[in-house]
Order: sequence, then C-alpha cells, then structure tokens
Amino acid sequence: MGNKTGVWAKVWPPVIVVVALLACWQGATMWGQVDSWHLPSPASIVQEAASANVWPRLMEHTGATLRLTLLGFAGGSAAGFLLAALLHLAPGLRAAVYPLLVVSQNVPIVVIGPLLTMWLGYGLLPKVLLVMMVCFFPISVAMLGGLTNTDAQLRNYLQMIGTGKWQLFWRLELPHAIIHLFSGLKLAASYSVLSAIVAEWLGTNKGLGYFMQLSAKGFMPERVFASVFIIVALSLSLFGLMTLAEKLLMRWRPAKKEGN
Amino acid sequence: MNRTDDVQRTVAGSEALEVKSVSKSFGKGAALKEILGGLSLTVGEGEFVSIVGPSGSGKTTLFQVIGGLERPTSGEIWIDGRQATGQTGHISYMPQQSSLLPWRTVARNIELSLTIAGLDRNEAKRSAAEWLRRIGLEEYAKSYPHVLSGGMQQRVSFLRALLSPQRLMLLDEPFGSLDALTRLKMQKWLLSIWEENRRSVLLVTHSIEEALFLSDRVIVLSNSPAIVLEQFEVPLARPRSEAMWTEPAFVALKQRIYELLQTGAGVKEEAGYANR
Ligand SMILES: Nc1ncnc2c1ncn2[C@@H]1O[C@H](COP(=O)(O)OP(=O)(O)OP(=O)(O)O)[C@@H](O)[C@H]1O
Ligand SMILES: [Mg+2]
Repeated sequence: MGNKTGVWAKVWPPVIVVVALLACWQGATMWGQVDSWHLPSPASIVQEAASANVWPRLMEHTGATLRLTLLGFAGGSAAGFLLAALLHLAPGLRAAVYPLLVVSQNVPIVVIGPLLTMWLGYGLLPKVLLVMMVCFFPISVAMLGGLTNTDAQLRNYLQMIGTGKWQLFWRLELPHAIIHLFSGLKLAASYSVLSAIVAEWLGTNKGLGYFMQLSAKGFMPERVFASVFIIVALSLSLFGLMTLAEKLLMRWRPAKKEGN
Repeated sequence: MNRTDDVQRTVAGSEALEVKSVSKSFGKGAALKEILGGLSLTVGEGEFVSIVGPSGSGKTTLFQVIGGLERPTSGEIWIDGRQATGQTGHISYMPQQSSLLPWRTVARNIELSLTIAGLDRNEAKRSAAEWLRRIGLEEYAKSYPHVLSGGMQQRVSFLRALLSPQRLMLLDEPFGSLDALTRLKMQKWLLSIWEENRRSVLLVTHSIEEALFLSDRVIVLSNSPAIVLEQFEVPLARPRSEAMWTEPAFVALKQRIYELLQTGAGVKEEAGYANR
C-alpha cells in the first residue's frame, strides 16, 4: 500500500517531463520555424478546444466514443472471462479451441472491420463487436493461464482434505486467475479506446474518430490535436481505473518495493 | 519385518488407519521408479505414531496415497475400518509447506478447511476464532498469511488440521523449516494440545528425538522403495517433558533407530548399485 507521499514521489517526475515537453513545443511554435497549420501550439489547441463553438461538439463526440469503448470493453471482457472458464472446466473443448485462440491473436482484428460493416451496417452493433473482439483475446488468454497455473502444493492440500472440482474452481483456481486477469484487463483497456477510434473511422457521424477525420480533411489541426489529447486521456484513465481496481482487489498481496 | 506382520493381525474396524501392503510406482517403462515397496502399517484410535525415514524415501508420497490423492499401484488403505483407497476427504492434513491461500485471511483460511470437511459455517467461524485466541494468534486473525512468520504459519496450518472433524490427522514434517529453539517450543505446544484431546496422529519427521518425544510408536522406513524396517513402542510415560530426553531408555532407543537408519540407507545403496 503506497501512502500519499509515496504516490506523489512517483507522480512528480513524469509530470515535470510532460510540462517541460509542452513548454518546448510552445516555444518552438512561437519562436521556431514551425508553421501553425503543421503544428499548432498547445495554447492555441486549448483555446480552440475551449471555444464555445467547438467544446460542446467535442464533448458530444467524446461521449459517443466513451460509450462505444465501455460497451466493447465490458462485453469483450465478459465474453473472454466466460470462454476461459468454459474451456478450463471442459478440458476436451480446451484442447480443440485453445490453439485456435492463440493463433487468432495474431490476426489484426481491425481488418475485420469492413466485413462487419458490410454485414451489419453503420450502426453501433458492428463497432461494439469490433472492440469486443479486440478486448476478448488478451483477457481469455490471461485468464486461462491463471486458471491453469495454480500452486501444486495448495491444490494437493485442498484435494486431500476432500475439496471437489467446483469448490476447487471457486476457492483456488478463480481467485488465482483474477491476479492474471488484471494483466489482460489493463492490456484490453488500452486496446479498447484505440479500436473504438478505428471503428469510428469505418463510418459513422459521431465519435472522436469521426471528428478527427472531419477536422483533418478540413485542415483544422487544432481540432485534430484536441481529439488526440482527449483520446490519450481516455486511454490513460481506463488503464488507471483498472490499476486502481487491481489495487483494491489485491489488497492481500505483500507490498511490492518497486513498479506498478 | 516380522513386526509389520504383528500389525497385520489386528482386528479390522478398530484401527484409525490401516495401510495394507501398499506399493506405488511413478513413471513407465525404463523410467519406472518404485517409491513404496509393499508397505504396511497401522495407527490405532487415539494413538500418536511417527514415521522416520531418509529424505526422498517416499513419506510424502505415502501421505498422498493415504489421503487419496494418489492411487496405490497395489494394496489398500482402510480408514476407521472402511475401505478408503483413492478416496479423498477422510483425513485432516498438515502439509510439508504450510499451504495457506494467500488471498484469504488467517481466520478465513481455517474456516475454509473446516467447511470443506463438512462443518457448519458458523460453527467453523466460532471454533477458528476461539482457537486462534487460545494459541495467542487472535491479533493475526484478520491478517493475510504473508504477514506471519514461518512458525506462525505452521501453527495456523496445524490448527487447521486439528480443528478439522476427521479423526485421523496426518502431519508431514510440521516443524521441518524451523530453527531448533522454535522447533522445541512447537513440539511442546503440539504435545500439550494433543494430550488434551488425543486424536489419532501419523507424523512424518526427520528428527529421531522429535519422533520419540511426541509419539507412542515410531516406525522406521527404509530408503525407497520404502518398506517398514522396524517399529518401536516408546517406553515413556505421559505427559512428557524435556527431562525425558536424557532418560536411558530414550537415549538407547535413539541410538538404535539411528543405527537402523544408517544401515537401512546402506542396504539401499548396494541394491541400487546391483541393479545397474
Ligand atoms: N508425482 C510424482 N511423479 C514422479 N515421481 C515422484 C512423484 N512424487 C514423488 N516422486 C518421487 O518420489 C520420491 C519420494 O518423494 P517424497 O516426496 O515422497 O519423499 P519424502 O520422503 O517425503 O522426502 P522428504 O523427506 O525430503 O520430504 C522422490 O524421488 C520423488 O522424486
Ligand atoms: Mg516429504
């Protein structure tokens, strides 16, 4: 459990670096040889984003992207979780399906986007499906690993005192898998925002992905950059949320000296 | 060996545990390795029996066969007069490593084992709390296992076995990882608890003193494939005390077992050599 000062000690150095980078950027655009339509200054980006004309639209698109991201993330996580549990409890099925699961991880899911659009149109469903598919694999693979690699000593002990298959699943395998699940969830959290943006490129009239494309075509770099900032913030928040949930759920863990 | 035949004559049903000529091999073909070589022993109701044997002789394997985790290649296990070969859940067990679930608090670890053994949830809670207080660990009831020292973890692990309702307790080197002083403390502690409520106990240990100090009977195993080399009744009165460590009977028996273990190990080396 990091106390307040510990957290701040970790947060400060990267914050300083970011502030310094922004200052350099601002300086370069003010005194350097950079054209503002190539690289707008941070100040002008903020100014443009906050303007009465842009801000409400930006927020509306952010809302749409957030909804798509969360739906896909939640759906994909749930599906990955359930599939992992199913494959674990039915070893025959696992032997047949697991290799496919691993191989399919190497298929870039976004290429399926146009197909989904073709079959399911331009509504929300094909986009949610796309995000779900991206989130699904890291979670099911992490979860399956966790269900399988339980401690042999603990397993032997529990079996000898008469623990049945279901109890073993609930008491040993599932709690152990939760530890691994979070590495999958964190990965999926970052992927989900990214894939939501890509899904929005495929055709829609709302979402940050759409707004970015629109602004790029209209040569409004400030708006493109504003979208980028919001996307990065979304991605980081979702990742942070998962890290927080992990911390809360894993309070039993011995405190680590370093790292996340 | 004739002593094991003695044991075979006892009436079925009256013993807490009967191991009937159990053998166990691992692997196949050229890699086949016989670990237990037709081993027989009994533990009477309320009796404290210890097993000493060389490291790697198959003591933990024997426990896993008794506990039903491994099926014997041949032979049978009878618990409380009933056939229990390959059946789990008939014994309470303290494993060689303390094996506490890291995500459950100390109290909830104990409760889990008790409910798995069939105790009512409230009853399990009550008895875990009461006993944690009795052994002076109540302030750790809500802590996670990693907070505890090795000795404390062993005590919790022992408590878990003690409170389980099964009549037969298997203790696999309960104090193996402790320093000499803590170990002695724990032995006295175990003894005081056991003398209160006399469960049937089968204990594995590397320490001859520990075996003699704690038990009614000591069984000496050979190197693997393990068989019973000899058994000794311990001629010490109960309650036991440290003072008995210097009694002539204690010292003589200790010497006997020590020599037996040495020759037992020697025999095995020659046999292993001849096989090649
Ligand atoms: N599942 C298994 N598969 C193959 N070999 C095994 C298995 N379990 C145990 N063995 C072998 O059986 C032998 C006896 O192991 P066991 O753990 O029973 O010894 P032990 O008497 O408990 O030793 P120690 O006193 O060091 O705990 C070892 O050589 C081990 O490699
Ligand atoms: Mg062992």
